Amino acid sequence: MSSLAETKARPWLLLSPALGTLSFLLLAPLCFIVVYSFWLRTATGADTGGFHLDNWAEFFSDVFYHDILFYTVRIALMTTVICAVVGYIPAYFIANTRMKNKGLLLMLLMLPFWISYIIRTLSWINILGTSGAVNALLQWAGLTGEPLQLLYNEATVILGLVHYLLPFMILNVYVSLVGIDGNLVSAARTLGATPFGAFLKVTLPLSLPGLAAGSLLCFVLGAGTYITPLILGGPTNAMFANLIFEAIIIQLNWPLGAALSIVLLVVLGTVVTVYGRLMGLNQLSKSFG
Amino acid sequence: MDDSKRYERLLERYRNGDVSRRGFFGLLGMAGIATGVVGGSLTLAGRQAMAQAAANPISVRFDGWGGVTSEAFRKYAFNPYEKATGNKVVEGTFASGDEFLTRVKAGQEGEYNVFHASGVFDYARYVGLGYGVELNEKNIPNLALVMPALMKPYREVTNGTLSAAPYDYGTTGIAYNRDHVSDEEVKEMGAKILWSEKYKNKIGGWNDWRTRIWYAALATGQDPNNIQDMDAVWESLRDHRKNLLKYWTSGAELMSLLASGEIYLTEAWSGRVAALQQQGHNIGYHDPKNGFAWQECLMVLKGSPMEATEQLVNFMLEPEVAIAVAEGQNYPPSLDPTKVDLGAKVPKLPAYDATGQLADLTFAKPEYWNSNEQEWSKMFGRIEKGY
Repeated sequence: MSSLAETKARPWLLLSPALGTLSFLLLAPLCFIVVYSFWLRTATGADTGGFHLDNWAEFFSDVFYHDILFYTVRIALMTTVICAVVGYIPAYFIANTRMKNKGLLLMLLMLPFWISYIIRTLSWINILGTSGAVNALLQWAGLTGEPLQLLYNEATVILGLVHYLLPFMILNVYVSLVGIDGNLVSAARTLGATPFGAFLKVTLPLSLPGLAAGSLLCFVLGAGTYITPLILGGPTNAMFANLIFEAIIIQLNWPLGAALSIVLLVVLGTVVTVYGRLMGLNQLSKSFG
Repeated sequence: MDDSKRYERLLERYRNGDVSRRGFFGLLGMAGIATGVVGGSLTLAGRQAMAQAAANPISVRFDGWGGVTSEAFRKYAFNPYEKATGNKVVEGTFASGDEFLTRVKAGQEGEYNVFHASGVFDYARYVGLGYGVELNEKNIPNLALVMPALMKPYREVTNGTLSAAPYDYGTTGIAYNRDHVSDEEVKEMGAKILWSEKYKNKIGGWNDWRTRIWYAALATGQDPNNIQDMDAVWESLRDHRKNLLKYWTSGAELMSLLASGEIYLTEAWSGRVAALQQQGHNIGYHDPKNGFAWQECLMVLKGSPMEATEQLVNFMLEPEVAIAVAEGQNYPPSLDPTKVDLGAKVPKLPAYDATGQLADLTFAKPEYWNSNEQEWSKMFGRIEKGY
């Protein structure tokens, strides 16, 4: 082998254990899921192998699945928008603060990840429940006579998702903001721009890749969750992942669950692909260090 | 003297009234400790057996419903069993029989050994999928103390044999917050109170399709084991959803919702309500006519270490163990009250039947519910989500 060929092959050789492991752990289960989606569940709960399109026909012909899918996309979008608006401010503050302990602020941002996502979600029950902190405060202040019903609705699902996803947004925007050359803002100010004008015309456009990367993460993670609607949602707040959970765990219908899993994968994969074509995926890797 | 004989002699002394229950458990524990510390007093064969057990302790996996139920099992059954035999009981929990079946299906044969199955319908499903075993009843002599009425349905499913030992029974009745709902109102309205608009957003419901359909059948005046008008049931479930705050998914969530006052009304498991009452919560419980009764069993799964598993099942059916567990989890044991003195607390538990015949309780017919499982579970899954 020539030295040029060796040089070209070396990275692949070095990467091969990781690539092999990833391929095995990602592609092999995916292949199983694809095969399973063409099987059928029998009345006893056992599966029948073969090539059947019934699960796919059911998904495409049944508006129930479409409605839940649209609802899921809507909730994920709303969560993403809220995360973007709410998350930009702390990201901007951390990026521009002259505090000595900027690292401490970043660590505070990571602090929620030390606690289980489920525990964090459950904590809202103690805050918003009828005997929770908010109701206790409202009643103590004499603002309400009876406890308000604050839990188990769409708003609390979105709240739980924002709580879960906000750090992802802030980190992405922060990474984008610290990468902006400060001289550009100074130049804009020198040329007569107001602070807000400089922000609108320089900082905001240059931070959009980070905002987009954060939005992508928030959307994908939000659309794929089932814990938050299960814990904080009411009877009509189920998301698409809940359907998958139920098909597999409750109805023991693994073939249908596999087909629904692929649907969600395709939808989210399409979003990632569109993002990749428009923005490139390198911004995502920046936020992970 | 080997472990078994030592244990049998101790048990005999207990049954003769020579040792109190507390003393019995204490001595069991001491026997286990002594076996480990004073190994020299054992016979050579016994020492070899103990050495083998210490080197290769047999693990039996037990999966239960978690919460107070699992606590009772650990405290009154598994700890003494481990001390007495040297075997280990590895515990797991699940939220529903459906969920556990998924795990068994995804696992390896022998990965799961014994679980606390609810209802003969679950037993039939597991057996139908090939996960059952044939217990050697000679190794479980305490089965003779179990109510025949509880064993009969299992034997009918498995041609006279058993893959499980009945363990306890209970009901899914109506739980209500007595600060807001009166006893008289619940008794008068029965199952229909769960549909009352008066308590809109203060009603909860288990997201279990069987329970939901059972109660909808009651609310529409039908026999839950022979429903004639399913459309009325589905419509009734949609109506129920309108007033519902939340479908709860586990016993812990049920207790939390009731205890916190988040909901005032729900159907609930009798033992969990009894636990809430013992904690001082003002929660009432009412079994409506034809309320949902169920019997739980210790089901042994294919691939289990049979000798150790049968030993565990027999141990758990010892009256003193079964009664202690029953008192801990608040469900009457499967032991025949005409053969075994169940003490003072058990007869006061909800759903307790002193005759041992269980004629007043309505159980789900396994063949009827299992034959409709696929269609009904799917349909309820949709209604649950607003369709």
